[in-house]
Amino acid sequence: MSMTADVYDRRQDRRPWQKRLADASEPYLYSAPALILIIVVMLVPLVVGISYAFRDIQLLNPFSGGFIGLEHFETLSKDRAFYTALKNTLWWTGASVFLQFAFGLILALLLDKPFMGRGLVQALVFLPWAVPSFLAGLNWAWLFNPVIGPIPHWLFDLGLMSQPGNILSDPQYAMWGPIIANVWWGIPFFAITLLAALQSIPRELYEAASIDGASWFQRFWSITLPFLAPTIAITVLLRTVWISNFADLIVVMTGGGPADRTQIVASYIFTQAFKALDFGYASAIALVLLVLLLAYSMLIILLRQTLLNKG
Amino acid sequence: MKTSLLPTIAHRLALLGYIVFALFPLFWLLKVSVTPNDLLYSEGVRMWPSRTTWEHYSFVLQHSAFPTFFKNSLIVSGSTAIIVTICASLSGYALSRFNFRAKYWIVGLMLLTQMFPLVMLVAPIFKILTPLGLTNSLTGLIVVYTAFNVPFATFLMQSFFDGIPKDLEEAAMIDGATKFTAFREIILPLTLPGIAATLGFVFTAAWSELLFALMLINGNNAATFPVGLLTFVSKFSVDFGQMMAAGVLALIPAALFFLLIQRYLVQGLTAGAVKG
Repeated sequence: MSMTADVYDRRQDRRPWQKRLADASEPYLYSAPALILIIVVMLVPLVVGISYAFRDIQLLNPFSGGFIGLEHFETLSKDRAFYTALKNTLWWTGASVFLQFAFGLILALLLDKPFMGRGLVQALVFLPWAVPSFLAGLNWAWLFNPVIGPIPHWLFDLGLMSQPGNILSDPQYAMWGPIIANVWWGIPFFAITLLAALQSIPRELYEAASIDGASWFQRFWSITLPFLAPTIAITVLLRTVWISNFADLIVVMTGGGPADRTQIVASYIFTQAFKALDFGYASAIALVLLVLLLAYSMLIILLRQTLLNKG
Repeated sequence: MKTSLLPTIAHRLALLGYIVFALFPLFWLLKVSVTPNDLLYSEGVRMWPSRTTWEHYSFVLQHSAFPTFFKNSLIVSGSTAIIVTICASLSGYALSRFNFRAKYWIVGLMLLTQMFPLVMLVAPIFKILTPLGLTNSLTGLIVVYTAFNVPFATFLMQSFFDGIPKDLEEAAMIDGATKFTAFREIILPLTLPGIAATLGFVFTAAWSELLFALMLINGNNAATFPVGLLTFVSKFSVDFGQMMAAGVLALIPAALFFLLIQRYLVQGLTAGAVKG
């Protein structure tokens, strides 16, 4: 009985087998161009790059290219510039993400309620997001430059500087230059994301809370924040990874100087590849960075699992 | 409903603060670009020079390589935006409308490419492209940028497709259209805003890319705007007026695209950043 049904099914199916194959392969055909590009231009170089970490590859040295095992990593473990870069990466990422998030959240809250001219205000405050990162870097480097920019003179007038100097060449404060540029550039991203999340909160909740006499802070604490929490968590986590890899502003503004005080791991990799042309060593540092980022992501996923199980 | 005055004033003042912070650097760029050289230092911190001039712009447009950089950047960013949008509409459609075995692997692969540091690829891509003759060429840049932007654009397009009811193409297929015809004739026209947003995002991203352009391009002929501007800065670091005029020019296409896609920003970024 079941066999006849089976045979019948198969016979029914056998006729359009070409069509069945075509149907089954359809999604693969749609995704093929994107997949091929990603595999050829990103995945293959990634694997090649990992292999470079164990080879002696210097662009200007024709005799290089041999396998050297873990030699790069031995050098790296004694490389003080690398440890400085690691410390700077934490500082750069932490300060940038925190300030972008704090100011972005305030901006999103300010833009959430309707007022006249909101569209225009929104376009103006989101504009920095459209500025190319190299231009943002140059623009802020010029603002900090005492020859052409106003900021050193303002700081001098406020008595914060003994003479109008360039903070980008001051070892103690240089990192603030790229951080401020990054905050300027990144506030819109947080504001846009948080604003979208804010606008999906049902308005009735606020009205009900107002009727019950809840203050602004109470409403924020018990309605807005819980609703925003998932968006905040995901955005902050993704942004942390992204900013720790974001070397453009530093390459443009300070090139890692003065005396490596603003060198982060990502800009150090770029400098090794672009200036020193030591592809092997650059790839070894990159591999360490990749492992650290993976560890960070795993940690976050574990943390999330624990929190979810608790709740 | 009567709103009290004080919170309203505080609200407007806070927004004003944000506007000033957002626009001041760009204003300064514009200001220095129209300041004549003889006033550059004597009126250094004045908000607006007593005389303005267009001479920096005319120098940059006539006697420098910037028009070439501008053209190169337009070619690279435009081609990248178009190719990425085509690939991403196809793959975004596949992710939105089909359930197939490799789907989770594809999504995983695309997420992976968003997580690892792209700077890792600077050296291997240079090594791979050199024997192919794709360094120092606009084609090489287009290929690299296209691959880098496809994953994000795919998620973006997928979210736009998800917003279109499935019944539409099902109805068309009952009427005898193939899935691809339904996709081309019904779904794509409805996704036009999404396509415009994707084009804008990718164009801006390619226009801004710096590190790979610096590594892969060497010499003026194939230099994109970022590379040209940085070379210019390190060579003629005293010509602030000209540099800033060039900077203002670099800002124009990005700002135009921003105005175009501004409406879709909240929608688009949420789709790409939060869901993806």
